[in-house]
Amino acid sequence: MTDAIRAEGLVKRFKGKTALDGVDLTAKSGAVLGVLGPNGSGKTTTVRILSTLLRPDAGHATVGGFDVVSQPHEVRRQIGLTGQYAAVDAELTGTQNLVLIARLLGFGRTDARARAKELLERFGLSDAADRPAKTYSGGMRRRLDLAASLVGRPALLYLDEPTTGLDPHSRIGLWEVVRGLVSDGVTVLLTTQYLEEADQLADDIMVLDHGRVISRGTPEELKNRAGDQVLQLRTVDPAQLPLASRIVEAVTSTPVTTDGLLVSVPVTDSGVLPETVRRLDEQGVAVAELSLRRPSLDEVFLALTGHTAEDETAGRPANEGISA
Amino acid sequence: MSAVTTRPRSAPRGGELVAPVRITPLTAVQHGLQLAWRSVLKIKANPEEVFGLMLQPVMFVTLFVFVFGQAMMGDWQTYRDFLMPGIIAQSVIFATMGTGFSLSQDVEKGIFDRFRSLPIARSAPLTGAILGDLVRYSITVVMVMLVGLAIGFRPEGGVGGVVVASALVLLFAFALCWMSAFVGMMARTPMAVQSFAMILLFPLTFGSSAFVSPDDMPAWLAPIAANNPVTHVVDAMRALMLGGDAAGPVAWTLFWSVVITAVFFPLAVWAYRRRT
Ligand SMILES: Nc1ncnc2c1ncn2[C@@H]1O[C@H](COP(=O)(O)OP(=O)(O)OP(=O)(O)O)[C@@H](O)[C@H]1O
Ligand SMILES: [Mg+2]
Repeated sequence: MTDAIRAEGLVKRFKGKTALDGVDLTAKSGAVLGVLGPNGSGKTTTVRILSTLLRPDAGHATVGGFDVVSQPHEVRRQIGLTGQYAAVDAELTGTQNLVLIARLLGFGRTDARARAKELLERFGLSDAADRPAKTYSGGMRRRLDLAASLVGRPALLYLDEPTTGLDPHSRIGLWEVVRGLVSDGVTVLLTTQYLEEADQLADDIMVLDHGRVISRGTPEELKNRAGDQVLQLRTVDPAQLPLASRIVEAVTSTPVTTDGLLVSVPVTDSGVLPETVRRLDEQGVAVAELSLRRPSLDEVFLALTGHTAEDETAGRPANEGISA
Repeated sequence: MSAVTTRPRSAPRGGELVAPVRITPLTAVQHGLQLAWRSVLKIKANPEEVFGLMLQPVMFVTLFVFVFGQAMMGDWQTYRDFLMPGIIAQSVIFATMGTGFSLSQDVEKGIFDRFRSLPIARSAPLTGAILGDLVRYSITVVMVMLVGLAIGFRPEGGVGGVVVASALVLLFAFALCWMSAFVGMMARTPMAVQSFAMILLFPLTFGSSAFVSPDDMPAWLAPIAANNPVTHVVDAMRALMLGGDAAGPVAWTLFWSVVITAVFFPLAVWAYRRRT
């Protein structure tokens, strides 16, 4: 298998602030690379460098064998970019948006119209084809944006947080689209803040934090490192909390974290649940809440880095989602 | 630019590529024209904006002619004829600020990122925006002329004089729009572009011969107004439309258009490259 993207030692600073601090990355051809990280970890900066929009301050990267700095035109011929915020012309209709891109990419008039029609159909936008994009819902705008990045049938597609701000239904719809593209042989680099999304789509995941890669591997490997699930427990009587913690630690042989009256611990084997219940019962601990759930990104971070994924982009709302 | 040599490679797995392998001046022009088409579509899609383009001249012409006309020149008809070239120039000059505003908007909304990730000429988004805006300026000229005609403006220079005067003011606008583009690429937000434009354009247009002859201005202001590039443009248009010696002001207008372009074209391109 060849590598579609290869980057080494990418560094990017903005006015003294280091956004990327030596990022190495490889994306296998025909596979999905998930870049997982919290706000401000450098996901967008990475995508912008790999799509020739930003020059790295140090390090180098090749896309499809072409250097992003010295051969940007060649790189652009390979890629499609769906940025974090939908970049469609609000005043133009869906068709006009896509025809414009197609014409810029060298399609003839008729071919451009046909391509636009085909993509609008594929993304369920046929009914809205002749309406200005400003009348679209956030999800529709996202789909139009994605369609725009596919006009030239790119071999490699960058998706920067494609589902942030989408409802669960649209999110699953978008996952299906990505899977379809992969089965057509497109290489995808996808950034996300959701472990679940990376888990669903990615063949390989790299975790970014403060501009550094803190972990990489298959979804399986990462989850094994972070724990598949999280067991959470709350006692009725706060005085029984230490006892409960000891019991949980004994059963899972993993140190627990306590947040107020809530005890949590990553677990890989859901078989610990009945065992925990039995022991708590034996010791007479009155349980107010006991649950197993998937770990949040914070918990993965905690497991991987020892600190939580704090938001560095102060002043920015976490879910800016789709602005015009 | 990005005319790179290609080396042989296997076909991409996603499908065929239609984008040109290299950018030639011809493809750069094509890309610019396609993006100019985008600007024109946006004008069409925004009837409010076209309405604004029309309304402002209607208001300015009628208010100035009927409010100030008599006080200025004894009767409104004389002032109307004096004013028309000035108000055409003023409307077009104000319209140039739209260039910087919409460029700034495109950057802010990430539309430029999309264009820049495409294998197209790097200059195309900038030239496209400016070509498209020349259409907008032309619409402005026609609108103001129509209002003038409606209130009885019959320039002695005839159609020929009006056409040459319009071409001259469009040339000057073309020069100014590089300044506008420069401001648009430097400013952080579209709103900042607008405030800056107001601060610059009001003195530039009102401190010229557009509304009042510099001879009637206070001693300290008169020489400034007389040497204001806008004065040369307006004087040239007046001479072409109403009769008079056009050679001097036309030469000055050409001179200023070249100077402004020579200064702001490189600055705009520099700012554009820096920002994008
Ligand atoms: N143009 C810029 N100027 C100044 N600082 C920037 C710029 N772009 C990014 N940064 C900073 O670089 C760091 C990484 O930003 P980046 O946008 O890559 O993060 P991200 O992982 O995409 O975050 P998010 O999830 O919020 O989109 C942040 O601290 C951000 O504030
Ligand atoms: Mg981002």
